[in-house]
Amino acid sequence: MKIDKEILKKIYLTAFKIRKVEEEIADRYKEQEMRCPVHLSIGQELVPAVYSMFVTENDYAVSTHRAHAHYLSKGGSINKMIAEIYGKETGCSKGLGGSMHLIDEEVGFMGSTAIVGGTIPVGTGLGLSIKIKQENKISTVFLGDGSTEEGVFYESLNFAAVKDLPVLYICENNMYSVYSNLEVRQPKNRKIYKLAESIGIKSSHANGYDVEDCYMKLEEAINYVKENKKPFFIELDTYRYREHCGPNYDNHIGYREEQEYKKHLEKDPLNIMKEYLSDESLDIEEKKILEKIDDAFTFAKESQIPKYENIEKYIYKEKN
Amino acid sequence: MRELTFSKAINEALETAMRIDDSVIKYGLGVTDPLGVFNTTLDLEEKFGKDRVFDMPTSENAMTGVAVGASIGGLKPVMTHQRLDFFLLAMDQLVNNAAKWNFMFGGNSSVPITIRLIIGRGWGQGPTHAQSLQAWFAHIPGLKVVMPTTPQDAKGLLLESIFDPNPVIFLEHRWLHNMVGDVPEDDDFRVAIGKCEILKSGNDVTIVSMSYMSIEAIHAAEKLTENGISCEIIDLKTVSPVDWETIYESVEKTKRIIVLDTSSEFASIASDIVAKVSTKFFNVLKSAPQIIALPDVHSPTSYHLSGNYYKDAKDIVVEIANMFDKNIDVSDFMTKEHHDIPGDWFKGPF
Ligand SMILES: Cc1ncc(C[n+]2csc(CCOP(=O)(O)OP(=O)(O)O)c2C)c(N)n1
Ligand SMILES: [Mg+2]
Repeated sequence: MKIDKEILKKIYLTAFKIRKVEEEIADRYKEQEMRCPVHLSIGQELVPAVYSMFVTENDYAVSTHRAHAHYLSKGGSINKMIAEIYGKETGCSKGLGGSMHLIDEEVGFMGSTAIVGGTIPVGTGLGLSIKIKQENKISTVFLGDGSTEEGVFYESLNFAAVKDLPVLYICENNMYSVYSNLEVRQPKNRKIYKLAESIGIKSSHANGYDVEDCYMKLEEAINYVKENKKPFFIELDTYRYREHCGPNYDNHIGYREEQEYKKHLEKDPLNIMKEYLSDESLDIEEKKILEKIDDAFTFAKESQIPKYENIEKYIYKEKN
Repeated sequence: MRELTFSKAINEALETAMRIDDSVIKYGLGVTDPLGVFNTTLDLEEKFGKDRVFDMPTSENAMTGVAVGASIGGLKPVMTHQRLDFFLLAMDQLVNNAAKWNFMFGGNSSVPITIRLIIGRGWGQGPTHAQSLQAWFAHIPGLKVVMPTTPQDAKGLLLESIFDPNPVIFLEHRWLHNMVGDVPEDDDFRVAIGKCEILKSGNDVTIVSMSYMSIEAIHAAEKLTENGISCEIIDLKTVSPVDWETIYESVEKTKRIIVLDTSSEFASIASDIVAKVSTKFFNVLKSAPQIIALPDVHSPTSYHLSGNYYKDAKDIVVEIANMFDKNIDVSDFMTKEHHDIPGDWFKGPF
């Protein structure tokens, strides 16, 4: 393993935090108090966990409907995220947005939205603002394989290429858009990163289940954007374990094979990392994380509900 | 007659259309998946093959333009999107091409496409999964906009839409999919576009309504009848073009009107109907026309906010009672444990 154990430990713990938050949401979903659609990232934790090693709160990131992992990897507040999913006043979007509309500007998480492709140009625009204001940061756009089928994908990448914008596009290819396999949506043997490359953006590909590959390629990608102040596109193969939307497993309903899921589970990056680290001190760290997660749920449940009278307040921003 | 769910009725209409006309094709994200867009597209791929029934890339705008092209080439495409909100990406192809193709080419070529869009509500659908934008579509000349309430109309109007030579926006409220109702045996049973229906006759007030709100209206009318107010419920069925004659006749009789809308109020179908009726019946109306619609605010996600945001039979009863200077106690009327689901069948999250 080319990654230093201390670094790997950090990656592992971030991935662990994401998974446990997601599993807790899944477990408690049946209590029917989180009454909004949730798109979980269980199985897809490695990419955001590695990503978190190379950016700071100063950098920008935007994401999609499946944003919990990205929000957390950027350092977003667990409490505010869980409270948001519970529809509470203390939620990061005051309960107005729910799971699909997260924000924590304090750590550079500038928003996640639920219309596929919707934030690709937004993250590109953040890149434009960085460039014009000559700031020392990068903008990251998290996107799924499905969103590369939308027109805004091409339009945004084209603009980023023309203008040399400091934008990192992280495409998590989990092979599905809801129940639709990549095969019915994109030509066989045409990799998404090749498409990005042909638009004029330097691109690469990595295995999102292989820590080393993921680490090296993401480091390279992020350094490229930082040093050259130009866009970079990276496609990472990954897999979601649960249903597209909701807390359950859905391998039995017929759109994919149980075998495919098991194949990924065998290579589960969290298990592999933990085994490799075989570090007893991890238990203590894990326990601390679990306590934080528990606290977040308590916080969310005990938080005030939002007041209906206030909702009009947020239609327009008040003039100063 | 037999009883079908709204989604089964849609499924039947699609099956009939594809069977009687080889030029009908069906596509959209998820139409071939195991859940078949809330059961509406089940078995179509097996019956009619992969050429005519297919899943598509997540490319709403292009695929709408593709439908335009396919239709002028002689096909009758029927598209589906799981939410209306996702279709907003395709407004360009819809408005700049589909809606005016016939007009801008002087009637040489029309665009017989049907676009099924689902309007979400409840379980935290929130700002981007619950928009009810029928007024947007209705504003565009050249589009027909259909909003069935009953399974019978879902089937008859969908068949009529598919075989209409123009682009039709077919709007399905998510809360209707599991509703059950009588549907005629006739395989190719049609319901005319541009005609509304009197769901219930009455003398004191005309309730004009659409889609899911008509269900709430039916409940409200029962309560109001108990309290001596006789309501006439007109289910619009088509929101563009509106069947003005039926509305006018009813208002002439009742001299009172309230319009219910699933969308927010400003620049809505309801506000237009009230405007027209007020102008025409200014001297006839016994009380000010009313509207029950959503506030001019985006749909909030939180369960703790959506209860006040959405309107139901209680609101209708209270508002109509007001028109008669009455007070009707609704504290025990239509109470349900959770306001954000249409019934026990709906377990979220979609
Ligand atoms: C414009 C638009 N079309 C369709 C949808 C419905 N939808 C929600 S998530 C999703 C899947 C998108 O796939 P991908 O980008 O690969 O993300 P993943 O869910 O795999 O993370 C779709 C199609 C949507 N939200 N917006
Ligand atoms: Mg995907």
